[in-house]
Amino acid sequence: MYCIVKEKRIIYVNKEIYAKLWKYQPSLTSIKMVDAATKKALSGIPLLKTNAGPRDKDLWPTRLKEEYMSLIKYVENNKAADNDWFRLESSKDGTRWFGKCWHMQDFLKYEFDIEFDIPVTYPVTAPEIAIPELDGKTAKMYRGGKICLTDHFKPLWAKNVPKFGIGHAIALGLGPWLAVEIPDLISKGLVKHKDEKEEET
Amino acid sequence: MASIQELKAKIKQLEDELALEKRRNAEQVGTPAGSRGKIAKMSAEVVDSNPYSRLMALKRMGIVDNYEKIRDYSVAVVGVGGVGSVTAEMLTRCGIGKLILFDYDKVELANMNRLFFQPHQSGMSKVEAAQKTLSFINPDVIIETHNYNITTMANFDNFMETIRTGSINGDGPVDLVLSCVDNFEARMAINDACNELAQNWIESGVSENAVSGHIQLVKPGETACFGCAPPLVVAENIDEKTLKREGVCAASLPTTMGVVAGLLVQNTLKYLLGFGNVTEYLGYSALQDFFPTMVMKPNSQCSSRYCIKRQEEFQKKLAAQPKEEIQEEVKEEIKHDSNEWAIELVDETSPEESTEKSDENLATGIKYRYDRPDDTKTDDSEVVADTDESMDDLMAKLKGL
Repeated sequence: MYCIVKEKRIIYVNKEIYAKLWKYQPSLTSIKMVDAATKKALSGIPLLKTNAGPRDKDLWPTRLKEEYMSLIKYVENNKAADNDWFRLESSKDGTRWFGKCWHMQDFLKYEFDIEFDIPVTYPVTAPEIAIPELDGKTAKMYRGGKICLTDHFKPLWAKNVPKFGIGHAIALGLGPWLAVEIPDLISKGLVKHKDEKEEET
Repeated sequence: MASIQELKAKIKQLEDELALEKRRNAEQVGTPAGSRGKIAKMSAEVVDSNPYSRLMALKRMGIVDNYEKIRDYSVAVVGVGGVGSVTAEMLTRCGIGKLILFDYDKVELANMNRLFFQPHQSGMSKVEAAQKTLSFINPDVIIETHNYNITTMANFDNFMETIRTGSINGDGPVDLVLSCVDNFEARMAINDACNELAQNWIESGVSENAVSGHIQLVKPGETACFGCAPPLVVAENIDEKTLKREGVCAASLPTTMGVVAGLLVQNTLKYLLGFGNVTEYLGYSALQDFFPTMVMKPNSQCSSRYCIKRQEEFQKKLAAQPKEEIQEEVKEEIKHDSNEWAIELVDETSPEESTEKSDENLATGIKYRYDRPDDTKTDDSEVVADTDESMDDLMAKLKGL
């Protein structure tokens, strides 16, 4: 596991992504390999205990509570570290999630709506996080604006079933994706800051 | 400049023309030009007008005993993309009784490097476009379509119910489910449904770089289910250093997809009509033209509860069956009285090789896509705490942060 520090945000990635980032994102503040203890201290997303998906009528509420507990802790940690970068909420039954995430670059804040379903096969398969407004702007997306997680995230998820939850998907799936894709989309002019958009209109 | 009157006349003329075209279109939808009527019984008569003559000839050739039985079978095709659409077309041309198609995608121009769909169909749902083309090719096939994502809670129950009652008469399950989807989530959803329903199915797939593929027969309890082990990949012998993935998620070729669809339907026909051998796992590496095959036993530690249940049922069934008397073939050892040249026979596989293979249970040239979850490792990471707070409290708390 490798850790990247980018504008105060800490991102965990696997070896391949790490190598790519190092090559294509020279603006990164620092890249370092972290040991397990640092990883724990920096991430602080509690692991989950209950192995249950939305079809397990009896156990799903327990799992959903754990998801919320873990997410609350993660957001609290982020806030404490002055690194608040997403918000989430769910439908009553916890199968449909939506919220926002932010990307900071050159002291500007870029905001995106995110959404995903909890698949019937959860937690064996990870949720497929989507940013619908970016659909069609990057090839690293599947239909409906689902971000491409195959390379950097799915092997990691598979290894950690059922301990990983939504918070881990956000931190280890969405986080690195935003860090790689958004600067690229901004440089291509495909993503504009909201002030810039207002000026144009 | 034309007067208002002239313009009004022009509009009237255009409206009439449009109405005529619309009528023509509507007529064509009913019975498109060149389409044939339904055929009640498959005939073996060799005449130009018989669409089944070459298929029924398989009987005369001694390949298939009862080809016309294909009309009694119902097959579900999940995913009508590069592999699924070709699979559906092949089965339609073979005269399958009933096809049930599942997909929630629309036809796009970006799909035109693959077979089956045509540019004028872009924007249509894949299942609707496929139904039109397929019923034109062979109106004898009953085609049922479902335009939804099977992995969501909202649709999964309906998906299971459709499989459970999808036989030709609707009084039983479909005869086989074919997975032609392009993602792990949907494969696992099919796997869960089929384990629960004890439904046999064949998984198919093409790699994201378009140069390898596979098919895998899953008989719940009898062969490995899709969740018994991490997904398998066929070694492509591409140097990792030269493997580039910059800027794209997936590539595709009509060739690889056509080959995989062909292998899938070939094994479907063998399975349904009972001829030849149905391969349990067949890989395809396009760069080497390498086709590894292997047998996959179920994992007694599989995380799918229903897989374990099916395994127990299968073992019971095996135990209840009268034991076949195995006639041991007595191999006569060839003895040479003299060995003038001191020739010695040596085993082809070295001991190291064979242990490695049995450890992995994988055929040469096949590997796991990723590691299994490591349960043995004790994780010292923080685990979520127990709570007395209600669900509503937690929801409000996260929202209020």
